[in-house]
Amino acid sequence: MTMDATRYEDGSISYPGHPRGPGGAEPAETIDLSEYTAEVVTWTTSTATPPGVREPNTLAIVEFDVDGEPVRAIGQVTTDEIETGDEVRPVHVEELREPGAGIREPESQAWDGYRFEPV
Amino acid sequence: MERVAIIGASMTQFGQREGEWILDLLAEAGIDCLADAGVDAADVEHLYVSNMASGEFEGQTGVMNALAHDIDAMPAYTQRIDQTSSSGGAGIYAAWQSVASGASDMTLLVGGEKMTHKTTGEATDVIASLTHPVEYKTGVTLPSFAGLTARHYLERFDAPRESLAKVAVKNHENGVDNPKAQFRKEVDLETVLESPIIADPLRLYDFCPITDGSAALMLCPEAVAKEYTDDYVVISGIDGATDTHVVHEREDPTVMDGVVESGTGAYEMSGRGPEDIDVAELHDMFTILEFLQMEGLGFAEQGEAWKLVEEGYTERDTGELPINTSGGLKSKGHPLGASGVAQGVEIYEQLMGEAGPRQVEADVGLCCNVGGFGNCVITTIMEAAR
Repeated sequence: MTMDATRYEDGSISYPGHPRGPGGAEPAETIDLSEYTAEVVTWTTSTATPPGVREPNTLAIVEFDVDGEPVRAIGQVTTDEIETGDEVRPVHVEELREPGAGIREPESQAWDGYRFEPV
Repeated sequence: MERVAIIGASMTQFGQREGEWILDLLAEAGIDCLADAGVDAADVEHLYVSNMASGEFEGQTGVMNALAHDIDAMPAYTQRIDQTSSSGGAGIYAAWQSVASGASDMTLLVGGEKMTHKTTGEATDVIASLTHPVEYKTGVTLPSFAGLTARHYLERFDAPRESLAKVAVKNHENGVDNPKAQFRKEVDLETVLESPIIADPLRLYDFCPITDGSAALMLCPEAVAKEYTDDYVVISGIDGATDTHVVHEREDPTVMDGVVESGTGAYEMSGRGPEDIDVAELHDMFTILEFLQMEGLGFAEQGEAWKLVEEGYTERDTGELPINTSGGLKSKGHPLGASGVAQGVEIYEQLMGEAGPRQVEADVGLCCNVGGFGNCVITTIMEAAR
């Protein structure tokens, strides 16, 4: 499994990727963020979660540094013992929430992904 | 270009409307607005319905045509406006465009949502369905985005947690005087700060409720308005904008570019600036959003809005810029498609001098309606035609 971000022709990187990047730049390559560590920008623990989502659900926005280029991502955290500035690494999980329990068509997207674990 | 006027407004009781559904709520607001404006349904040329999710909440689609039939406004052209939580503001923009373009001489806008028959989890999921797939699968909700942003704001700007709670206290105090508000109950600082955690650091009273309700406005060219009344309000500036759909991709989590851009556009169109605004309705779905909009609209420097709230700058009766005299989404309630229209109703009533115990001195008012977590925003500036 990979956590694919997209590098665009102008050198910028986003997660997720988009058909066009900043200034209309076209995607140039994918980068697997799971090979990097990241820093927690902010976090929260949600105690009122939708159907099929773990409760409580600790989430963080993290920032990766890919060769000097910042890339942010959101994800679940493996623990509620987390602080802003902590270093985390992505850990693959087969099912982040229960497909079909919520409103979204289960076949419309992948349900596996990465949680962030403190290093 | 002739100015666009508002000659009537209405709002149903917001709250839990058991046994009533979206079509009932829309018809109630629509009929009341026709009566308030003194306009015959047969004279409505365009009929817009602001609604985010009647299909998802109720399995009822086609609400705009159903409403035209229910209030006997046929053969009016109809359109449903969905822009998530900013559907109401987007409806004002669409209605303004319909009149300003010359396509319609009488446009009725009705916004509404029926939500409370769903569980909190189900309603939260309907709203969260607007998120990108990489966001949705994490279980993130709009309240989670608020928690993430609030923590960042408090840490970065060294703002006290109490300042957010004061937004809730103020808006609940204002809501007491709004007979249509869902919660007409004051809350004190301690109650807010000790309420259950929802998305820390935010607690129950930092969030607006789930609500049923509808609101409506009648728009027409100024020349037509004068045929009906000497007292009306004009839309002097309006603009809409978007920000990144994926929230974490924003360079600065505390800046909502959609607010900045739409506000700038509305100020430019009206020839006004932040210093000219006498009263404002901001989208306080979460207390942190009141800070971000105050800053994005130029009422405060970045990271400084909390200080103005602490100083009482935004209080209704004693502040220099009363914010959310209606009680805001926080106390009035937040029926998604109705909220932006209801903001317009409050500013209209303030400028007409019809706000009763909520009345402030105001010639120029502003409303800012936010969709998603700042994903799309509409800012409207209204002025009394005096």
